[in-house]
Amino acid sequence: MKFDTPAGTNPIDQGKVVGRPTPRIDGPLKTSGRAPYAYERHDVAENAAYGVIVHAGIAKGRLNALHLDEAKAAPGVVTIVTADTAGKLGKGNMNTAKLLGGPEIDHYHQAIALVVAETFEQARAAANLVRADYARGQGKYDLEAALPGAPPVPDPNANDGKGPKIDKVGDFERFFASAPVKLDQKYTTPDQSHAMMEPFATIAAWKGDELTVWTSNQMINWTKGDLAKTLGLPKEKVRLDSPYVGGGFGGKLFLRADAVMAALGARQAGRPVKVTIARPMMANNATHRPATIQRIRIGCDKDGTITAIAHESGSGDLPGGGPETAVSQTKLLYAGAHRMTAMKLAVLDLPEGNAMRAPGEAPGLMALEIAMDEMAEKLGMDPVQFRIKNDTMVDPEKPERKFSQRHLVQCLNDGAQRFGWSRRNAKPAQVRDGRWLVGMGVASGFRNNMNQKSAARVGIDKQGMVTVATDMTDIGTGTYTIVAQTAAEMMGVPIDSVNVLLGDSSFPVSAGSGGQWGGNSSTAGVYAACMKLREAVAQKLGFNATDVTFANGKVTSGNRSADLKDAAGLSAEETMEYGDLAKQYQQSTFAGHFVEVGVDAYTGEIRIRRMLAVCDAGRIINPTSARSQVIGAMTMGVGAALMEELAVDKRFGFFVNHDLATYEVPVHADIPHQEVVFLDYPDDTTSPMKAKGVGELGLCGVGAAIANAIYNATGVRVRDYPITLEKHLAKLPMVA
Amino acid sequence: MTATALPAAALDAAQPMPGAKPTTMPVTLKVNGKSGTLDLDTRTTLLDALREHWKLTGTKKGCDHGQCGACTVLVNGTRINSCLSLAVQHQGDEITTIEGLGSPDKLHPMQAAFVKHDGYQCGYCTPGQICSAVGVLDEIKRGIPSHAQADVAARPAVTNDEMRERMSGNICRCGAYSNILEAMTDVAGAKA
Amino acid sequence: MKAFTYERAKTPAEAAAAVANNPGAKFLAGGTNLLDLMKLEIETPSHLVDVQDLKLDRIEETSDGGLRIGAFVSNTDLAAHDRVRRDYGALTRAIVAGASGQLRNKASTAGNLLQRTRCPYFYDTNQPCNKRKPGSGCAAIGGYSRQLGIIGTSDACIATFPGDMAVAMRVLDATVETVKPDGQTRRIPIADFHRLWGNTPHVETALERGELITAVTLPKPIGGTHIYRKVRDRASYAYALVSVAAVIQPDGSARFAVGGIAPKPWRMAEAEALAPKGAKAVATRLLAGARPTSDNAFKVPLVERTIAAVMAEGAKA
Repeated sequence: MKFDTPAGTNPIDQGKVVGRPTPRIDGPLKTSGRAPYAYERHDVAENAAYGVIVHAGIAKGRLNALHLDEAKAAPGVVTIVTADTAGKLGKGNMNTAKLLGGPEIDHYHQAIALVVAETFEQARAAANLVRADYARGQGKYDLEAALPGAPPVPDPNANDGKGPKIDKVGDFERFFASAPVKLDQKYTTPDQSHAMMEPFATIAAWKGDELTVWTSNQMINWTKGDLAKTLGLPKEKVRLDSPYVGGGFGGKLFLRADAVMAALGARQAGRPVKVTIARPMMANNATHRPATIQRIRIGCDKDGTITAIAHESGSGDLPGGGPETAVSQTKLLYAGAHRMTAMKLAVLDLPEGNAMRAPGEAPGLMALEIAMDEMAEKLGMDPVQFRIKNDTMVDPEKPERKFSQRHLVQCLNDGAQRFGWSRRNAKPAQVRDGRWLVGMGVASGFRNNMNQKSAARVGIDKQGMVTVATDMTDIGTGTYTIVAQTAAEMMGVPIDSVNVLLGDSSFPVSAGSGGQWGGNSSTAGVYAACMKLREAVAQKLGFNATDVTFANGKVTSGNRSADLKDAAGLSAEETMEYGDLAKQYQQSTFAGHFVEVGVDAYTGEIRIRRMLAVCDAGRIINPTSARSQVIGAMTMGVGAALMEELAVDKRFGFFVNHDLATYEVPVHADIPHQEVVFLDYPDDTTSPMKAKGVGELGLCGVGAAIANAIYNATGVRVRDYPITLEKHLAKLPMVA
Repeated sequence: MTATALPAAALDAAQPMPGAKPTTMPVTLKVNGKSGTLDLDTRTTLLDALREHWKLTGTKKGCDHGQCGACTVLVNGTRINSCLSLAVQHQGDEITTIEGLGSPDKLHPMQAAFVKHDGYQCGYCTPGQICSAVGVLDEIKRGIPSHAQADVAARPAVTNDEMRERMSGNICRCGAYSNILEAMTDVAGAKA
Repeated sequence: MKAFTYERAKTPAEAAAAVANNPGAKFLAGGTNLLDLMKLEIETPSHLVDVQDLKLDRIEETSDGGLRIGAFVSNTDLAAHDRVRRDYGALTRAIVAGASGQLRNKASTAGNLLQRTRCPYFYDTNQPCNKRKPGSGCAAIGGYSRQLGIIGTSDACIATFPGDMAVAMRVLDATVETVKPDGQTRRIPIADFHRLWGNTPHVETALERGELITAVTLPKPIGGTHIYRKVRDRASYAYALVSVAAVIQPDGSARFAVGGIAPKPWRMAEAEALAPKGAKAVATRLLAGARPTSDNAFKVPLVERTIAAVMAEGAKA
């Protein structure tokens, strides 16, 4: 099915199931510990041996020798995989660094061997007996030092897919120079770690030349292809199964070392092998969100009209890697006749940089939305009003191209009213509550909607149960439930008459979970399959397909009615594909983020007091899980604003704080009650679901809203994240 | 429950340690009300004993270093991180895991409250959160003090700040904290 | 983790002898730090002597009105003890400011005193570390050192003692009781228990090989307002950037011990004598000779400001 004209009225609009707050259908399994994650599949792989990875101890260089004798002789050891034993390996399309190092080492904690033993304890002990002799190479690890000589890069998020190196509209330099009110500031964001709770894990088993991996992955089809490519297998010989994923946030978009090493280990051992990556190895072994250094210039008329806006960002990655596209939102968020965005990409020999939740927009808005706050202050304008003043209903780079919908102004106005914004003192450092300096901040949230082709198969059985199968994943996003809601709505059955099967590469290929495209895209695929099934059902039961209704387990047309289960045995598979509505219309999601913080006047410690997000993200399929996505993203935004930073050792080239004790993410005590409001405007240009992404929107802008609240509390502007106490302590009023 | 046999080859290859005592020991645990004995490598943590040997995989390994709380179980009624405990330290102990609290068809009130309030997303930290939440309400009831109390000599009350502080050893990267608190409040209210 | 044998000792003397007689042996109490380090092979005992059956899990009143805390008393039980809450509030506050509820349920009193540094270079076995491998060098010096020490450190090591409980015990003048392998007992003032790193940062305490902590005693209560103020990035479940344990008397005299900045809880009588002059005077004396790094220089003003916060709280009480 191709979606190439705006959706008319369709069965989803009934809203009997879709749009209703619905508890997750996977809830009883997850809360009772019965949902099996990748490393836990005792049911599928009896007699699995345990593999433990040996990780490189240097950031760059060569392995002179890998001494395995001691490890091989250790109790229980079955086999040891190294680059020498693995044979020729390819590299996945989505991978920058190879997943098994040697003799060249590309980054710290890169896998260099897998020790397979009878038990986990034996494998871990033997892995520590592998001795590596390295020739340490010269690497580049300092972004600030590397950026001046780094080349400009194309913007992959540009609307034509391959944007120019520097996107320019009008004459930014001239109009910025002549603007009556100007801002020119530098902002930095650090490297960040996904830190999902379930570590990378895979069980691999071979049957002849066919490989099955039970793994934890967001993008089944990408990873199936990349695993096949890495191992030199035809794609059809590889099967992935990933029904439960313990968080991803972009960290599990790609094939990673656990799957490759488990597959190689199982081949070499001649039996199933299970591998997980130890938590202290994850931050350097896997991908991370790259640090950025950003420069923002805004020129305004005295009435607050932006006349010139420029956003430049520099980041680093391994050779062949990509930039953190932190300028993306600046192309679309605010009006302004004269514009420029540009990026630079330095080669760094740190671990691989790649997508983490809302890549581009998350760090980009952390900078842009501080800049907007600073500019509002220069103008003497309220920061909410300054944003509203520069709202745009068209793509500022191509004014003939409209936003499909845009309710940013309503997000900001509603939010301001609900949050009590009028009580904010515009002059910073004026509000005290005991030892706490109190401040409020606002930021716009923005993230593009993206659609991806997505397929599903839907069938009916004798009991009238509807079963949906798709290789779509649920990484905590609530996919099981929204897929069930969609099928229930379409087939006219209660939600508990729908069975959802996900994450198996033998199912029809879906959009997968990434880029906040999963919810809308995967349910649109289910919609397409259901439409096809409805036709088949109508035909089988002797109805005219055009005027038939599906409700209460019955198929009805005029006076005649039949049970849906009378169509038992029917199934349909269909793919939803997209025309160019997303080119005709800019499809984006918007939010107004409001935050109140307290800053300890003595110690400078920062604590969040209140948080509110008002979100404009199309139809909300399940307000319960969508709200959870948003509060979760807001929580991640608290981490980004206040504590998360992979600290780079610029001498040895690695992230020093590579565990969960030293890479701090928010805990319960950091998070107050969070309020979320959905405006719920169905968008008929996005899909028959009229939904949009929401999972990343909740993160976009939160960090800056916090930063702006801190400034409002203290009067000290911090432009380098995370905002830890030492960055404003010296400028806080003396207390002794 | 039967002993996990090491293959003969592994035993033959065992490190020659002159005069060493064996590095496996029989461990008896009462897990979710049922006693069992396994011969375990002394290095086996309580967490790995549960996950790999008892095959109760509801208890999760998030970090294996006491930094996340996903492995929280109740031992003799008290919550601990099972990753930082050796199975041999728990001879005869009563272990309650998430599977012992309830089943999909018969959820424990805390499990049901997590479903009702959507107190989870990916589900991986969830068993630890739930075991911890059960432990926390009991600790408050028993008057165990916390950092959230203005006066540590006083008896603690079931307040939002108390529960947030006491649950802080359970990290949820999906960020379901606000909902978890509502689930706990629901259960605590029902109890009171 | 290296293979090890395991035994449960029956008496403290038997436990001490078991460790003394076996060069690879270590005591195992709660295990919350030891197992963490064994998994990374930072600790590699070949034999563990479990002390859980030694009946060291009681808190008793001493004849002078103080308390004797068994070495195996859990952090939770210690913090929750009625007398501790009432008479030694700084200790309860310090304990509940540390770790998490789960860890406090398992961690022991002696183990808390013996916990090793959380320096990230100590934890990364690829990196040189004089504490982990004497003579190998210190990667933390010149590296990422935001959390690390500013005073009492050395050219060999800039790590800190990371605990909270000991900081309160320092301000309360606790005494560590031990038994040696030959059955001799001794009493070590908490002030002398943790050592400065010097050239031997791998030697962290005054304990001899095989010497077992049996108890910690607290002298009779001294009254006053008990405070433990822990400064950290996240609101809970984090190590201190700086912490201050204090007992402030109605007459303005005060005791302060500072955590998070040195190889041991940092306390100085000369500094306390300056309390009437305010936080700046106290902090300046306390930190005289501090050698912070550029990453952690903020701890110097932070100590002063935290003491000021504590004094303000004490004055309010």
